[in-house]
Amino acid sequence: MAGVLVFVSIVLITIYFREPSGGSLHGIQSGGAAVLRPFEVGAERVARPFRDAYGWFAGLVHAKSENARLRGEVDRLSQQVIANQTAARENADLKRQLHYVGTTAFPSGYDYVATPVIARPPSEFQQQVDIAAGLTKGIRKNDVVVNKDGLVGLVTQVAHDTAQVTLLTDPTLKVPALDLTTKATGVVAHGQGPGTLILDRVLKSQTVRSGEWMVTAGWKSEGLKSLYPKGIPIGVVTGASLTDLSLYWDIQLRPRVDFGSLQNVLVLVPKTRQR
Amino acid sequence: MTRLLLEPVKVGALIFVAAILQVTIFSSVDILGGTPDVVLLTLMAIALLRGSIFGAAAGFAAGLLVDTANLETLGVTSLLLTIAGYWIGRYGETTGRDRGHAPFVSVAVATILVQFGALFLHYMLGDPVSARVALLDALFPKVALNLLLTLPVYALVRRVLAWATEPEGATEVQLLG
Repeated sequence: MAGVLVFVSIVLITIYFREPSGGSLHGIQSGGAAVLRPFEVGAERVARPFRDAYGWFAGLVHAKSENARLRGEVDRLSQQVIANQTAARENADLKRQLHYVGTTAFPSGYDYVATPVIARPPSEFQQQVDIAAGLTKGIRKNDVVVNKDGLVGLVTQVAHDTAQVTLLTDPTLKVPALDLTTKATGVVAHGQGPGTLILDRVLKSQTVRSGEWMVTAGWKSEGLKSLYPKGIPIGVVTGASLTDLSLYWDIQLRPRVDFGSLQNVLVLVPKTRQR
Repeated sequence: MTRLLLEPVKVGALIFVAAILQVTIFSSVDILGGTPDVVLLTLMAIALLRGSIFGAAAGFAAGLLVDTANLETLGVTSLLLTIAGYWIGRYGETTGRDRGHAPFVSVAVATILVQFGALFLHYMLGDPVSARVALLDALFPKVALNLLLTLPVYALVRRVLAWATEPEGATEVQLLG
């Protein structure tokens, strides 16, 4: 019995790995994910007050080592009822997303699909989240995902009503970036530590200083163009150094997006796409 | 007869709830770099209480659910949890029988082996994996969190499996000779 199940598992892995993304197993998985989605959304809603309560207490512990401003913030938060705070926080988050959409910082030529995050990475191997929108909302593979703070990641798998977003902190994502102040260009990739980023391929001849903002470069060349629209904030330079032997700057970035507390995101959908 | 029908239903319900809770809630609980694995804990309790066949089948089903919900490569988690469920079940049927420490030993060993197995499988599939993060940063906190949750999850599963099921064993004896 156990041997049969192990064999079936290996067969499943083999078929899934070899078939295209439109293959039968992917289709079955997409259907299964659609069936599971209401349960996931329900569990997420039930858990959200507890999650917020946990976050509140965790923040309280952290605040003890912070300065007076954070203590004031904790005091203010402690006066609120947790249930009301849950609703207020979600409301405020969505309003900020909408405010971002209405500003000039929002990429032109794109519509957006606002959607909550319904599942987090199941283990340390993945830097992906699942969102509650998919093919039916016009989302396709390689669509860019942002929130009010900046670039979140890229859609890497799409099912009927859900999609998988690979976060900017995943080793597979490389994003062409531009220094807002000096116009130096490079490629943003994941750093050594969890949740950190580096800026690679910045030539010694260019200038980069700590505290400067990096945004997506959004290049176009001979009919090709970057997946990422120009001007989406990525992060701030926290350190830049040079050695005699290296060809490029050694630059560390602090991402602008807090990847640990993503609740709602915007998927950028080109206006030219048929939906 | 009732037991034959009711047992798989209860095991299925336990696995389903554990998988949904894992992907929606527990996966985002990050304490010192580790996340608890309630699917593995539930599987451990089922395998210890109902044996290796139930353990393997429940592990397979749980893996399919998790991989489906997360749109991950189908079969990876099933393979790991099938082996884990079978091993824990065999341990419960042999040396772990009636031992108070059996759930804790099972959880500690299974967590470590599943983590190593996952690292190996993801590496073989060409996924970007970091052995340092998986084994040095995350493994110890994950084992600790799982051990903390072992007792409550085991007690809950035992209560659910015992619910509405008549005790096993002979109901009458026949004297020979």
